[in-house]
Amino acid sequence: MSQFTIDDLKRIMRECAGEEEGAGLDGDIGEVPFEQLGYDSLALLETAARVGRELRVSLPDDLVAEVDTPAAFVAFVNGRFLAQTH
Amino acid sequence: MSRAVVTGVGVLAPTGVGAEAHWAATVAGRSAIGPISRFDAGTYPVRLAGEIADFDPRSHLPSRLIPQTDRMTQLALVATEWALADAELTVDDRRDFDFGVVTSASAGGFEFGQRELQKLWTEGPATVSAYMSFSWFYAVNTGQISIRHKLRGPASALVTDQAGGLDAVGHARRLVRDGTPAVITAGVDSSLCPMGLVSQLPSGQLSRRRDPATAYRPFGADASGSVVGEGGAVLIVEDAAAARRRGAPRVYGEISGYAATFDPPPGSGRESGLSRAAALALDQADVLPDDIDVVFADAAACPRADLAEAQALEKLFGPGGVPVTAPKSMTGRLGAGAGALDVATALLAMRAGVVPPTVNVGDLAPGHQIDLVTSPRRMPVRTVLVLARGQGGFNAAVVLRDGGGTDRLDTVRDEDPAR
Repeated sequence: MSQFTIDDLKRIMRECAGEEEGAGLDGDIGEVPFEQLGYDSLALLETAARVGRELRVSLPDDLVAEVDTPAAFVAFVNGRFLAQTH
Repeated sequence: MSRAVVTGVGVLAPTGVGAEAHWAATVAGRSAIGPISRFDAGTYPVRLAGEIADFDPRSHLPSRLIPQTDRMTQLALVATEWALADAELTVDDRRDFDFGVVTSASAGGFEFGQRELQKLWTEGPATVSAYMSFSWFYAVNTGQISIRHKLRGPASALVTDQAGGLDAVGHARRLVRDGTPAVITAGVDSSLCPMGLVSQLPSGQLSRRRDPATAYRPFGADASGSVVGEGGAVLIVEDAAAARRRGAPRVYGEISGYAATFDPPPGSGRESGLSRAAALALDQADVLPDDIDVVFADAAACPRADLAEAQALEKLFGPGGVPVTAPKSMTGRLGAGAGALDVATALLAMRAGVVPPTVNVGDLAPGHQIDLVTSPRRMPVRTVLVLARGQGGFNAAVVLRDGGGTDRLDTVRDEDPAR
């Protein structure tokens, strides 16, 4: 994997945290706050742990406090990932 | 003093998914005890259980809730939804402090807990689910029910092993009498996983027989212990006047008495507290032993405990003085689910005018002077005593009375799939 994409994030979130009825992860949700998508901090913690395992990259716990949208999450992960692999 | 009545029932039991399916199987004496299928129990000394078949939580709950819940919570959430629908009760968000929750569990979310602990040992701490932080706690069902239905009234969780289901019903009655208009009351357990089974083996109270027809024989001459089961019931307990004001569709019955006692320490020579719990509950309900139509027994199926229960009943009612039944002979012992399910079954028995049977008893143990109901008995059921005992010396008793005196509707709506 060279780049972590929003589709990767959606897949992992569906697997480990499920999906809110009505809100959902379909479509262009990159800039929609996690809160509006129905995810709380625990769901993000769980997601971060899964992403970290899949990419073999360590993500800090305070990631949850720093990113509030899927797009920000993806950007943060890519920043980390690229920094650690190059 | 306000009266606490049951206006909604949700059942998820080995005998049936939904109250009506459960009642149909129970009154027909169809046992749900069989070989454990949820994990390979082939190397364990106990291989039978009462499992709930044909229940997929994914078809009943939002996908957000699945990864964060143990099966015992999934069962409780679904049964709560059914009980609320049955009572036609919707939470008014301007009066969310008027809705309380009391749940009871004897094990917590063991299946979830075992899975995550195994990950901790084999794959490391980073692989443990963040949801482990609450999903296996005893109190988790109270939290999840409150959050899902946005309730802000009194919330509590009771842990008294198998007595817990009745203790929760008793506490709901207390909250209603203290002024909370409606209380969701759940007694649900499910720990059909290796950790759940193994933790119960040292008690020596589980039957090691392999034949479902002879494994769990309460009050039987060759009683050899009980079988574990999963599930339970959720009851909507309301203040009678508040239920009438909002136009509740029916009143199943009144929780008219409740009492709990502790046993004296082992070896003291003093008698068990069960009889005292029953007498206190009758007192609270202001009824005499003669008024009790049937007793739903704790039914441990261990010879000494059976004798103690039979003697407690004899002391109160005289030899063979009251019909006694144990429908849990069809489900196994459900932990905290037992008392809640017995209350639900007793209320359904009132509605039908039939006492459901105790199955698989074989010959009654000599010396037990009880009128054990072993085939369905058609009779008026207006006042019921329900008993439960938990390991560690817990005794609980609940007296239920039919809904006479309120605007009781006997009709059940067939079109409601939740029941």
